Amino acid sequence: MPINADYAGRTYPVTDAYVVGREKLREFSSAVGSLHPVHHDLVAARGAGYPDLVAPPTFAVVVAQRAEAQYIQDPDAGVDFSRVVHADERFTHHRAIVAGDELVTVLHVDSIVERRGLSMVTTRCEIAARTADGEPQPVATVTSTLAVRGDDA
Amino acid sequence: MTRPEFSDLSVGDEIGTRTVEIDRARLVRYAGASGDFNPIHWNERFATEVGLPGVIAHGMFTMGAAVALVEEWAGDPAAVVDYQTRFSRPVPVPDQGVAVVEVVGVVGALDADASTARIDLAVTFEGARVLMKTQAVVRL
Repeated sequence: MPINADYAGRTYPVTDAYVVGREKLREFSSAVGSLHPVHHDLVAARGAGYPDLVAPPTFAVVVAQRAEAQYIQDPDAGVDFSRVVHADERFTHHRAIVAGDELVTVLHVDSIVERRGLSMVTTRCEIAARTADGEPQPVATVTSTLAVRGDDA
Repeated sequence: MTRPEFSDLSVGDEIGTRTVEIDRARLVRYAGASGDFNPIHWNERFATEVGLPGVIAHGMFTMGAAVALVEEWAGDPAAVVDYQTRFSRPVPVPDQGVAVVEVVGVVGALDADASTARIDLAVTFEGARVLMKTQAVVRL
């Protein structure tokens, strides 16, 4: 089944919260080799002015891919994962992600473009932190483009 | 930790290099840490069935490992306010031994008004670029 172009422009309801845990930040940081103390040592993070351990620059992918699953795993969207190549990724950070954050995400399918037998699908995750006053605070924007091969490619 | 001074920087300055050695265990570890369990990153049979040369590294692993160079140079990981790349070529990771990825960072642009430096990363495997347009914007 080909990519369903009708999904372009779609916006999904806000996700359930992803709660950022200290051990997850340590685990992720160690996995990518980010050894800076603010990812691992609470005293170092607080000494640097952060309320808790700090996420490395690509950690937001963990949060984003959960939101993207709403689209990618929808059978009607026509995204066949055996035909998908990750084309590009961008993180724009509005503030540092720290342990204890409760992150909620709104997923947008920004565009679906046909190019030489490939469908280029660009999604955007707007990630925000829950706050005491109820108005989520923008934290990060994650933009991802997938290249999906057509049936004859 | 010392932080670079904006006024000391010039376009073209090299900020440093980093060598990333990737074995299969590293990919399994990244899969668990990130939640990306696509079998092309740990299952040889599956990877070859979908036309790959074998198990390949997560592009997101390579992207995440490369930027650690910028984090250390910046002295504050949260100073990396924007980071992007294109994935141009897969990194095959052998059953035994390691794939060696080299990272070199250079100051690509300076914005005095915003007090930001754009660090351009050259990320190569066996001499070929595996990531393209790999740019980290650092607030200084």
